[in-house]
Amino acid sequence: MALTRDDVEKVSLLARLQLTDDELNSMTMHLSQIIQYVHQLDEINTEDVAPLAHTLDITNVLANDVVGECLSRDAALQNAPQRDEECFRVPAVL
Amino acid sequence: MSSPATQSTDDVPYTVVVGLEVHVQLKTNTKLFCRCPTIFGRPPNTQTCPVCLGLPGSLPVMNRHAFELSMKTALALNCTIPHFTKWDRKNYFYPDLPKGYQTSQFDLPMSEHGHLNIFSEDDEFADKQIRILRAHLEEDAGKSMHDEADGVADSRIDLNRTGTPLLEIVSEPDMRSAAEAKAYLQELRLILLYLDVSDCNMQEGSLRCDANVNLHIDTPDGTIATPIVEIKNMNSFRAVHRGIEFEVGRQYSLWKKNKQVLGDMPKQTRGWDEGSQVTRAQREKEESSDYRYFPCPDLVPVIVTDEEIQAMQQTICTLPADLRKQLFDDHQLTAHTSAVIINQGLGFANYFLTLATIIDDGRLAGNWMQGEVLRILNEQEQTIEQFTLSAAELGELLKLIQSDDIDNSKAKDVFAMMMESGQSAADVMAELGIEKVDSSQLEELCQRLVNNNPKIVADVQNGNQKAVGALIGQARNENSNVDPGQVREICLALIEKL
Repeated sequence: MALTRDDVEKVSLLARLQLTDDELNSMTMHLSQIIQYVHQLDEINTEDVAPLAHTLDITNVLANDVVGECLSRDAALQNAPQRDEECFRVPAVL
Repeated sequence: MSSPATQSTDDVPYTVVVGLEVHVQLKTNTKLFCRCPTIFGRPPNTQTCPVCLGLPGSLPVMNRHAFELSMKTALALNCTIPHFTKWDRKNYFYPDLPKGYQTSQFDLPMSEHGHLNIFSEDDEFADKQIRILRAHLEEDAGKSMHDEADGVADSRIDLNRTGTPLLEIVSEPDMRSAAEAKAYLQELRLILLYLDVSDCNMQEGSLRCDANVNLHIDTPDGTIATPIVEIKNMNSFRAVHRGIEFEVGRQYSLWKKNKQVLGDMPKQTRGWDEGSQVTRAQREKEESSDYRYFPCPDLVPVIVTDEEIQAMQQTICTLPADLRKQLFDDHQLTAHTSAVIINQGLGFANYFLTLATIIDDGRLAGNWMQGEVLRILNEQEQTIEQFTLSAAELGELLKLIQSDDIDNSKAKDVFAMMMESGQSAADVMAELGIEKVDSSQLEELCQRLVNNNPKIVADVQNGNQKAVGALIGQARNENSNVDPGQVREICLALIEKL
């Protein structure tokens, strides 16, 4: 199953990437190659193999509900491209 | 069900179809994947850490208590708990979601296939069962605030709420009117409050409700379905009711104009505008596949054993539906009194049950609970847990009414004194000099009054029954303990015999 240019355009929109026409073309080719590569797995018979939810054979890692330390507000905001005294600032959202 | 507002000669019958997605903030001390506190109303961005800010290299660890509260809720909603559950990433970009994905559950939720029974207090619809598709545990997003000061149209982001545990409870589209949807939400909220798993404060957002609404319209060519709309921003029960009603009318008029059916357009999200009482288009909803869900590699699955499920089942308290049945069957309460008591919460209902058992009279206990007790609690802005009078102490007073030692209105005075002074019913009675007037004493008093007041007696005999009030007044002046009702009855009987 080959990816179409439209597929890639849609995925780039969902990923909020603005691709040029050239980039879209080359990305369509490269992504198709990656998907074809992964499709090799289809050759294996997996009928009796249970789906894997996690690569580690560990379950039930849970922590107690006890308050720990928070960052100071300044530390939390220090890498923000835009901020004010209290908040992160971002372009207007609806 | 046809809405009367849209009936005209060329109208066709339709059915309203509603499913609700309810998000409940769980009552934990800390967030779902980190140990930041979850307190509402703190100054912006003072409850964050590398995990909930989504900083690279940070790793989430599941909150045990959040999982337990979810399981408890799911069991109370008659859900099955699968033995294996896992978390997935739901990918979308929004500034209040710093990681670029929400950690949620996709194909293996922690509970599924439950149900909840709804009923109408005023018979607006027949009792029915609403199926619950699933309830899954996920994280909340942050809060964005629009700032238009100085012409700067920025949004400000507060990430205090980011990562707060949310249980998303998804119903099947089983509701057929706005009233049914409201009843479902009210009953669900009551259950959550009884379980003590959430504050359920709709204004503060700890209980949020989205409604999926469409219509099934009977046309000559068969039944068609209108495109599904998801309504958001409904912050009260009233808003849920109004929002759905509005949407029903809107979809019907729109269909008459454009004949669009399900599948002609993607699912749409509309926001309820409380000020204008309308829904407004927000965005085209992504298809589920657009979220590109995949298992979260940072979190391992959780396995639940039968023993754990059984143990959790044991911790579930009496639920409102069982209580309602008990109040009706065992205590003969009216639907109204029963609702007043149950809606006050489990503590209040338990107080009632104790009181009703002590005095062996559900009606009397119910009347006092919804009358005097509730009045005092409201006045003092207290909960029943803070109420200073025990059920046993109040029971002592009500027993005096039962034995005719005191009438109901005098009992209220005694009750007020008991609340004020902390004394027992017997002590207050002694202090006020209240004691039962025995019947021969009372007869004697009434006879004397009738003998001494020929004018009043004549008035009564001439048909002015109200005149007897003067005799009651005199009786009370002589002995404040007399029961005015009894005096009236005896005097009238004596006058009749003359």
